[in-house]
Amino acid sequence: MKVAFYPGCVSKGGCPELYPATLKICEKLGIELDELEGASCTGSGVLQEKDRLLGDVLNARTFAMAEQKNLPIMTICSTCQGVMAQANKRLTDSDHPEYLEQVNSFLKEEGLEYKGTTVIKHILWILVEDFGVDKVKTLFVRQLTDLKIAPFYGCYIVRPSWALDFEDNPDRQQSLEMLIEAVGATVVDFDGKTRCCGFPLLTINEKNSVSMVAKHTSTVQELGADAMVTPCPLCHLNLDGYQPKARKQSGVSIHMPILHLPQLIGLALGFSPTEMGLQRHIVSTEAINKAVMESNPV
Amino acid sequence: MKVKLDVGRYNPEADENNHFREEFELEVEDHFTVLDALMQIRDYEDPSLAMRCSCRASICGSCAMKVNGTSGLACNTKIIDVIRKDGSVKVDPAGNLPVVKDLVVDMQPFWNKMREIKPYIQVKGPEPEAEYIAPQQSMLDLVGAVGCIMCGACYSDCTVLEVDNNFLGPAALAKASRFIDDPRDEMDAERFAQLNQYTGVWDCTRCMACVEVCPKGVFPMDRIMSIRDKIMNAGMKNTNGARHAEGFASIIKNYGTLDETQLVIKTFGVFNPIVALSNIKSLFGLLPVAFRAFRKKKLPPIFHHKIVGVAFIKKIFKKLEA
Repeated sequence: MKVAFYPGCVSKGGCPELYPATLKICEKLGIELDELEGASCTGSGVLQEKDRLLGDVLNARTFAMAEQKNLPIMTICSTCQGVMAQANKRLTDSDHPEYLEQVNSFLKEEGLEYKGTTVIKHILWILVEDFGVDKVKTLFVRQLTDLKIAPFYGCYIVRPSWALDFEDNPDRQQSLEMLIEAVGATVVDFDGKTRCCGFPLLTINEKNSVSMVAKHTSTVQELGADAMVTPCPLCHLNLDGYQPKARKQSGVSIHMPILHLPQLIGLALGFSPTEMGLQRHIVSTEAINKAVMESNPV
Repeated sequence: MKVKLDVGRYNPEADENNHFREEFELEVEDHFTVLDALMQIRDYEDPSLAMRCSCRASICGSCAMKVNGTSGLACNTKIIDVIRKDGSVKVDPAGNLPVVKDLVVDMQPFWNKMREIKPYIQVKGPEPEAEYIAPQQSMLDLVGAVGCIMCGACYSDCTVLEVDNNFLGPAALAKASRFIDDPRDEMDAERFAQLNQYTGVWDCTRCMACVEVCPKGVFPMDRIMSIRDKIMNAGMKNTNGARHAEGFASIIKNYGTLDETQLVIKTFGVFNPIVALSNIKSLFGLLPVAFRAFRKKKLPPIFHHKIVGVAFIKKIFKKLEA
């Protein structure tokens, strides 16, 4: 399988462990990556606050680049995925073809035109839908049976549902749980899995943002989870990076390692915790590392 | 079809901590809504089951509650759809509000916040002798916001209210936008000043929960974002929220992708002594975060690279800004 790879800003910025972990697992899974070098930020919902058209033009530019390569886009961030999916719905709305024309008028100078054919998929969905859980499982060399893992989706990969094609792809709403089970771990289900991590509030109302971190991490800790896994690096930044503050603010002794989805897959594929960059997390993953290294081979 | 309804109940008359769950098994028709099933339970099995309802047609907004963890109107949620999606039906009272009994919540905090935003037209001069005249199109633009039936589903699912009950919440803020956008109302500046404060528009976390659960297509979060934009256009930019939005745009314009370090500097106004001083606590709070990130080699690169074709990105920005 070949994809136009859209790594997003954070996998090369605040979560630098995510980008190399993704490259490694894709090589092992046989996903050929053609990185979209000239693609811009999706706008992350922030640009869209001010000017939705601007956000849609920037995303149409990225979609046009993938369309020229005749490849689907693969994302590794719930926020990128959701923002792009929303933009693509507007751009391909058959009731308003004039909108795509308007957007394309801004791309003309660069020699780009978006025809509306690009498919955008998070690696989470690619694994569940294009590979299928059964096929992915055949590639795993470790069974992480000793681990109890809570899913944490990130807002934009679950809302708004009008943009995410859940009716045609019902597995998307259980995809993280399916992959946690596929690696042999036990799912720790909790209501907070589709709530907000608080990242967008971090510089505006840090107290509320950190309260969200404390709420989710302490809940899954009480439920007996050894770790959380997320397909969103922004959630990772907050849930991992601000956990020390959450501990202090809430007065609860929280210790909850947070894994990026590609890291969890990588550990089951046989990569070491160090190869997956777990040593770069703020919350120590020592117990996870031990469980992984002592896990049963498939 | 036989279904089981798992109902979250509360009976403070027995004991103020008397929260319990009760399962009811009943025969339902395909067209049954969750409200139909609850009424059947109340009418034939347990008359003590408390709930609010009236119109049964998504008009009155009385029956907002949680079905399998998501808020909505019980009267427009079909049992068969819930079973098809989740396999079971769990009903709970609306969230973020105190429970009075079973599925009835105290809506007072919701109404208090609605009143706080002054949900009525205010003029500065004398009131017109007859009716207020407004252009037809301006009223058509308000249709979406006016559609709010104040059921509180958005309030119930708001992720900010889960951690901070001072937040005005999506319904009140969407209502505020309805008056800001109404050409007859003349209090935009006063409304902006109120909504620019803590508890106002900048405290929304943009999680889209309100957009997802609103049964009337009000899109509260979109309206909150539109107020943010109007506040900035009115020149009120001395907030971290406004600096964050403008800083974000300027970084994408000049580099194509986001530089997190620059964004923090711009948001906290590091190079503006007055702004930096107002953010001094946050800035000091960042030091241990930055230190931990540095120790784990997680700090973003010092020099952020521009993407290929950034000149075109800049041109797109300029054209749209014009």
